[in-house]
Amino acid sequence: MAQQEEKPKVGVFICHCGINIGGVVNVPQVVKYAQTLPNVAYAEDNIYTCSAEGIDSIKAAIKEHSLNRVVVASCTPRTHEPLFRGACVDAGVNPYLFELANIREHCSWVHMREPEKATEKAKDIVRMAIARASFLKPQEEAELPVDPTALIIGGGISGITSALCLANQGFKVYLVEREPELGGMLRKIYKLYPTDEEASKILDASINAVMSHKNINALTSTEIKNVEGYIGNFEVTALKNGEENKFKVGTVIVATGAVEFKPVGVYGYDKYDRVLTQVELEKVLQSGKSAMDRFFKPQKVAMIQCVGAREEKPPRAYCSRICCMVAVKNAMLIKEWYPESEVYIIYQDMQTYGKDYEEHHRKAREAGIKFINYTKENPPEVMPLPDKRLRVNAYHALLGEKRELDCDLVVLSTPLVQHESAKELSKILKVPLGQDEFFLEAHVKLRPVDFATDGIYVCGTAHGPKDIGESVSQAYAVSSRAASPMANRKVRAEAITAVVDKDRCVGCRMCEKLCPFGAHRIEEGKSTVIEALCKGCGVCAAACLRRAITMRHFTDDQIMAEVKTAFLTEVPKPPEAPAI
Amino acid sequence: MSEKPSVLVIGGGIAGIQASLDLGGRGFQVYLLEETPTIGGRMAQLDKTFPTMDCSICILAPKMMECYRHPNIKLLTYCELKEIKGSVGNFQVKILQKPRYVNETKCTGCGACAEHCPIEVPNEFDMGLGMRKAIYMPMPQAVPRCMTVDKENCIDCKLCIKMCRAGAVDFQQEPRDIDLNVSAIIIATGFNQYDPSEILEYGYKRHRNILTALEFERWVCASGPVGGHLVRPADGGIPKKIAFIQCVGSRGLKFGTPFCSSVCCMYATKEALIIREHAPEVQVYIFYNELRAFGKGFQEFVNRARDEWGVKYVRSRPGEIREDPNTRSLTIWYDDTLTREIKSLSDVDLVVLCPALIPRESNKKLAEIIGIELDDCGFFKVTHPLLAPVDSTIQGIYVCGYCQSPKDIPDSVTQASAAAARAAETLALAQIQRVGGS
Repeated sequence: MAQQEEKPKVGVFICHCGINIGGVVNVPQVVKYAQTLPNVAYAEDNIYTCSAEGIDSIKAAIKEHSLNRVVVASCTPRTHEPLFRGACVDAGVNPYLFELANIREHCSWVHMREPEKATEKAKDIVRMAIARASFLKPQEEAELPVDPTALIIGGGISGITSALCLANQGFKVYLVEREPELGGMLRKIYKLYPTDEEASKILDASINAVMSHKNINALTSTEIKNVEGYIGNFEVTALKNGEENKFKVGTVIVATGAVEFKPVGVYGYDKYDRVLTQVELEKVLQSGKSAMDRFFKPQKVAMIQCVGAREEKPPRAYCSRICCMVAVKNAMLIKEWYPESEVYIIYQDMQTYGKDYEEHHRKAREAGIKFINYTKENPPEVMPLPDKRLRVNAYHALLGEKRELDCDLVVLSTPLVQHESAKELSKILKVPLGQDEFFLEAHVKLRPVDFATDGIYVCGTAHGPKDIGESVSQAYAVSSRAASPMANRKVRAEAITAVVDKDRCVGCRMCEKLCPFGAHRIEEGKSTVIEALCKGCGVCAAACLRRAITMRHFTDDQIMAEVKTAFLTEVPKPPEAPAI
Repeated sequence: MSEKPSVLVIGGGIAGIQASLDLGGRGFQVYLLEETPTIGGRMAQLDKTFPTMDCSICILAPKMMECYRHPNIKLLTYCELKEIKGSVGNFQVKILQKPRYVNETKCTGCGACAEHCPIEVPNEFDMGLGMRKAIYMPMPQAVPRCMTVDKENCIDCKLCIKMCRAGAVDFQQEPRDIDLNVSAIIIATGFNQYDPSEILEYGYKRHRNILTALEFERWVCASGPVGGHLVRPADGGIPKKIAFIQCVGSRGLKFGTPFCSSVCCMYATKEALIIREHAPEVQVYIFYNELRAFGKGFQEFVNRARDEWGVKYVRSRPGEIREDPNTRSLTIWYDDTLTREIKSLSDVDLVVLCPALIPRESNKKLAEIIGIELDDCGFFKVTHPLLAPVDSTIQGIYVCGYCQSPKDIPDSVTQASAAAARAAETLALAQIQRVGGS
């Protein structure tokens, strides 16, 4: 269809914002100036353009003067652009033909003591906005259908919790677990803090609920081989016993968990039988007291914290969050089974944060668990004794004393670390890992369980060390985040996306590598934009050496018109740019 | 059950905002109740956030606006909860909306009224350090963008009525009863700061160069009472030495609370970095008990503060702060627990106390109205800390954020989404049962 370009007819509405702008900038003078500018068909001032009256005035002017572009000079688009765009839509003008000139934050507020200069600057800002507006093109926001089915990768307590929560809301769930059984890390743990329950009991009930749920398809001994597509429409290839299984889902949840760091070569681990990690101790505890009695009855036990954690450099520079409470819990268990024994926790900083954990920490001290504070400069040492026992030399930094403990058991508290296979999964899903090698969320503060890529989420220890309650909280959180698009059955795609000029593209893959959202794919030697994924950030357009990429709504022509008119050089005549 | 399930969210801080956005985003009708004139809560008061040093209001304000504009979210600001009856699927809620004496639909928030209002009172939003007028907006980014008349301090001069060109000021406004029927309720009432003035050895409120952490957030914030200039509160002098004291009233049985507030080690580190950003020559000390940097990227953040920015961490719980009556500078007496010596740090220009963050006193009343339980510290109880971390003791009522237990922003946001999921799940199950049973 040949597009007949209408001549731009710009309406300009300049806001006093009470006294915020009008008290500094001479608004009527700016209106008069605007009326003299090219393409301006109408200009007026309003006490408040955002008031009901101001909005009605915009709509009336659009009708009366057949305006096809609207510029409001007022405050920030952050708060007010949607309102003014709405007014355009109501009057039959595409919302992308609206432009906001910020003459408050960018002008009157920062130049409140120089009203004349501020007025001149307001004219500049308005002139630039009008120049850009003349080049604007209508844009459409596409709607994409969303398959109300979720893929959850990882069948530990996080994956199980999320699967049940989504399935109970009526969504179909594929719960994929690599191991032959669901359960993950909880299978390896005896008792849980702070409730003192056996992990297996909690797990059995949850697994039964999963297995009997009609909306959950639990695929064990299964690995994810490939995931293609985008939010609402992912194609998954799973592999079980060499056999491929393909299915479609609308959202993907990563709940792959973490593993315990094995401190090879440290504190005699893997050299002496009586040096265990906490998870290895859990296994001993799981077998029960009588089994442990046959193994040995501990007289003196030392637990060393931060083994392989809080190191100078990444990836293990982090504190693993849970180890102090794990040590307190297991120390109390040993003390309960063997009241005569002495149990030491050799620590740097006890991470018993919050309410319940601080209480447990206090109870442990009351129960006679002994705490020895060490510093990084003076870590403890472990040496073998002739009788299988181990001598732990520790310097108690708070007392300034050396302690020599002849222990029959040394337990190393090591951090949770990422699975080896996470790198592969991060490539398949095109989502990032952080410096600590855990999956990296979209925003550490406000989007803790979203990936930057829409439709993919993360929960549990795949995201970083955390305890059961925290993992379960995240599992519920992703259930909410993933449920939104699935409940709506659709998502609205960005209108401002990248467009590739295939004639110019040489397939160098720069855009594919740089795109934070995985929106560029190379097909037949040329880049293709998956519009559902593109957020319009413009990184690709800025980086493209061939200048083959244009951003909708931020074309070179639009930006250059603004720049040229800023310096009052000649503004090219619109519209010459190809319509995008 | 109506076609569109509805949820009442109590508390307009970041947790309440996130829960509302999640539920509104999936098509539920949300009522977001906030007792102050604006949503935003504690996060809006913070200068920056750790460990990314994002400007707090800059990342929060878009979410506040999103709530305001959302077709499925109805903001009920300046409101009080009066009564809740019923059960999951059908709670009857009575709310009292206090009069703002300003018409919310007409007011554009331009501030002309406040400009001319002759009455100045301490601004609660600035922790009382700055002033506001009797007709005011708590902060520039307030949502809704609407003025409020503080009738307690208003002298009825009616200048504001005269100055308002939008005709929005209305002294005839009456308190309004709002009755709602909702299917589920989410509680997100956040926290308060323990008042450290009962710890006499520190002399908070006696010594003018001592601020609490929240006061300091406002003090250094560009939109705060001194425009973000780092100065001594006593005399506006330029500080050279600033010290933070951790665990003030927390982790102890003598004063305040037995629990750890979970965020102070990190925000003190952040505030120390803010100081160094403002004035690289200022020496910064953090007196701590145990450094708790257990979140994602936190230890790395502390390492950076210590190694790259030169923040000095001193393991100690100081015993006393003394003021030089002439200079108003402070001396901190402490036992260095690593060298076991009694030491002092003198010529300190500003001491920031990091007090226990405590559940709100009003939780008790709220718990009574709703009929749910609090724990012995005043946090809302959950039915199972591991498997049901956001389920209150009544079905259909969920809790999230700091009011459930101490936590930082991302953990509060996580729990907010979790509470939204639990509400949706419960309602879905209730509906399925209803359909199945009919």
